[in-house]
Amino acid sequence: MSEIYKTDALIAEDIDKYLEIHQHKTMLRFITCGSVDDGKSTLIGRLLYDSKMIFEDQLATLEADSKRVGTQGEGIDFALLVDGLAAEREQGITIDVAYRFFATEKRKFIVADTPGHEQYTRNMVTGASTADLAVILIDARKGVLTQTRRHSYLAHLIGIRNIVLAVNKMDLIGYDRAKYDSIVADYRAFAQSIGITDFTAIPISGLAGDNITTRSENTPWHDGPVLLEHLETVELNQAVEQDKPFRMAVQWVNRPNLDFRGFSGTIASGTVKVGDGVRVLPSGKTSSIARIVTMDGDLAQAVAGQAVTLCLADEIDCSRGQILCAAQNPVEVADQFEATIVWMDEVEMTPGRAYWLKLGPQTVSATIAQPKYQVNVNTMEHLAAKTLDLNAIGVANVTVDRDIPFVPYIDSQDLGGFILIDKMTNRTVAAGLIHFALRRAQNIHRQAMDISRDHHANLKNQKPMVLWMTGLSGSGKSTIANLVEKKLARMNRHTFLLDGDNVRHGLNKDLGFTDADRVENIRRVGEVARLMTDAGLIVITAFISPFRSERDMVRGMMQPGEFIEVFIDTPLEEAEKRDVKGLYAKARAGQLKNFTGIDSPYEAPEAPQIRIDTTKMSAEEAADLIVSKLIP
Amino acid sequence: MTQSTLTHLQRLEAEAIHIMREVVAQAQNPVMLYSVGKDSACMLHVAKKAFYPSPPPFPLLHVDTTWKFKAMYAMREAAARKAGMQLIVHQNPEALRQGINPFDHGGLHTDMWKTEGLKQALDLHGFDAAFGGARRDEEKSRAKERIFSFRTASHRWDPKNQRPELWRNYNAHKAKGESMRVFPLSNWTELDIWQYIHLENIDIVPLYYAAPRPTVERDGMLLMVDDDRFPLREGEEPVMRSVRFRTLGCYPLTGAVESVAKTLPEIIQEMLLTTTSERQGRAIDHDQAASMEKKKQEGYF
Repeated sequence: MSEIYKTDALIAEDIDKYLEIHQHKTMLRFITCGSVDDGKSTLIGRLLYDSKMIFEDQLATLEADSKRVGTQGEGIDFALLVDGLAAEREQGITIDVAYRFFATEKRKFIVADTPGHEQYTRNMVTGASTADLAVILIDARKGVLTQTRRHSYLAHLIGIRNIVLAVNKMDLIGYDRAKYDSIVADYRAFAQSIGITDFTAIPISGLAGDNITTRSENTPWHDGPVLLEHLETVELNQAVEQDKPFRMAVQWVNRPNLDFRGFSGTIASGTVKVGDGVRVLPSGKTSSIARIVTMDGDLAQAVAGQAVTLCLADEIDCSRGQILCAAQNPVEVADQFEATIVWMDEVEMTPGRAYWLKLGPQTVSATIAQPKYQVNVNTMEHLAAKTLDLNAIGVANVTVDRDIPFVPYIDSQDLGGFILIDKMTNRTVAAGLIHFALRRAQNIHRQAMDISRDHHANLKNQKPMVLWMTGLSGSGKSTIANLVEKKLARMNRHTFLLDGDNVRHGLNKDLGFTDADRVENIRRVGEVARLMTDAGLIVITAFISPFRSERDMVRGMMQPGEFIEVFIDTPLEEAEKRDVKGLYAKARAGQLKNFTGIDSPYEAPEAPQIRIDTTKMSAEEAADLIVSKLIP
Repeated sequence: MTQSTLTHLQRLEAEAIHIMREVVAQAQNPVMLYSVGKDSACMLHVAKKAFYPSPPPFPLLHVDTTWKFKAMYAMREAAARKAGMQLIVHQNPEALRQGINPFDHGGLHTDMWKTEGLKQALDLHGFDAAFGGARRDEEKSRAKERIFSFRTASHRWDPKNQRPELWRNYNAHKAKGESMRVFPLSNWTELDIWQYIHLENIDIVPLYYAAPRPTVERDGMLLMVDDDRFPLREGEEPVMRSVRFRTLGCYPLTGAVESVAKTLPEIIQEMLLTTTSERQGRAIDHDQAASMEKKKQEGYF
């Protein structure tokens, strides 16, 4: 047992003294990166074992398990301590993120143990997101491998500044210094190429215990720290965060009664003192800190990482999602960014589709453009990509539906890191790291027109709107849309019909029929329709528009009440029977791919304003019904 | 600028506060599971801090089995009253009717009173988020569970299909009928809990301190004869022993440890010098190697 852990004497003799020391401990969170054979679990198991975090009953289970399924013969298989879920134990691999805890005299440690295979990139990114430090394990017999590069790239991407290169299994190469030096040199060359300027290399053996807690006699030439010593003394991110400007996102407004109004949140960066000037973004209002309230009494100042409640000197509007920041050093506000996207869902990204974007406590609707490129995580090459699938990492522009305050990820994980949530499944589908706001959003302000949209509409003596017809191919959308337009024209209404086929001959001729292209098709049509409603027109559209989320996106572009969803409800069998253009026959014959209803889904509207059952009424009757609903 | 380094307990407390506020902001109808044990006591204390000067804006829920220690029942109402919170007590009516008990019904006792009882209570009140005091260091399958742990409409946990959880950015989006179990103390260890209780002067059930108590030794465990429902086997005679409990549950299922530790520092001292882990005192985990993972999938906390 190492001296570092040897506190039994103090515990036995003077428990109060021990507790006093213990309560001043700091905390370090780290991640271990390595593949199945690199000895990662063995290393963590040993750290737990040596720090006495394993009790006798657990040890008994461990010894029994080691004999039953272990890989160390009669010896203890430390890896079994860490591989938690039953399924994983059977397969002999770690498939998720597991958190382990141990403590020494100086620090409490939380270890995120994540799998190393490429198909678990999302798990590694998850584990890394809360880590202060990364231990990159290398098998000394194999040297720097593809996986070493991938792990280092991901750790660096997620913003871990402290990298430890643990060259493991030194016992198996006879503690050969030259081999070790050459591995470290290889790694240094690679690390520098991706922007890692500094790292700490340590020759270790998890199995034999070399340079883990005590200096090994087998490596007298190693003059750096041993692993645990380094983990205990490395500078924490806390200090760095406190030196940055003050920022706190408001999580919850605390209003127990009319006399108290506090803004609760966790300080993302900097320090705040009573009397400091603050600015609320995005509103831009300013005030100063009147009180820093906690249950243990008011504080004079609070620092990054603390969860507090702030009272302001002035009654200003501020709600969940807004950011309080140093008045002289406010954060940026924008609605378009470039960001790195790490895709984490089995269903690939659909460019142009609306997802929820959650950045701290702010949740807004967002669309992601087609990626500028995808990164090959093994070679760091940039590849062209139309989408991102599970575990893919790429760079893309992100557009949100309103201005939001943010900080580039490199300066703040809390205010620059976001998650994307699928609006239908509610799953967390991606992580995003904001690089910067796009200049177009910053500098292109909307031109305020002297002739307003109301003016256009009044001239035409009508209320502008979009009649959005959706339905299967062959359901009768175009026929009905055409009749509706004729009837409205007879009533002297100014209309315009946007037809799916026609738009695809011009504006959208560059688009195909993949999900991503369908989404972009609808987005463009939506934008055109919006401009036309600004001009005061009644716009009639006839597009299959199979996805609920895109119809919702278009609805969101329009003024409230101006989007009328018309569901041309024709059962698939009926539409296929009509098959006016012969498309169903082609699709069934496999000559047409991604055909809605055949090999691409149609999501029927849940609550359309108007539903037309074409099996029960003629096109004429349908058009009359629609017009009567519009112009009562 | 003056630097002030936060200690590990300050960081853990801040993390738990952040999590609780996030739940209150995102959930429609949250509730805090309150088992009267030391972890619940810590969790409740952090909740008071998170929302001060408001009282925590959710009720406490005790899923009762009728087999808890008397001292726990005595503590329960007082704790809720002090916090200014509503206390909801739920007992599974079916288990009550059938007289399910730990002496005659083995695993069924936990299943019906706790697992089923909890699901009933959550459904009955329509709670869509429930705080639990579980910690990742308690047991292997807990080590992998998310802080915001998603449950299907039938309360099931799917360990292979968990949402990625990054930074301190928690996704509480869910469909109607689905819910979240949220564990604000995920990253605390047993030692952190004791240390925090000590530092913050948190009231805990006296059973955690050593005192002479009537006990019998059975199947390698020291059980306390807390009331006259305890069926003594032939030859068994309650013996007064100085004991305390490291963890509290149903009294017939909770093993005591012989101890003379009467203060928190003494408890911590014993704990640090001891060689068995906390859950050893609970009968529930020993059924099979992956028993907790299985129970959790079925909806147990």
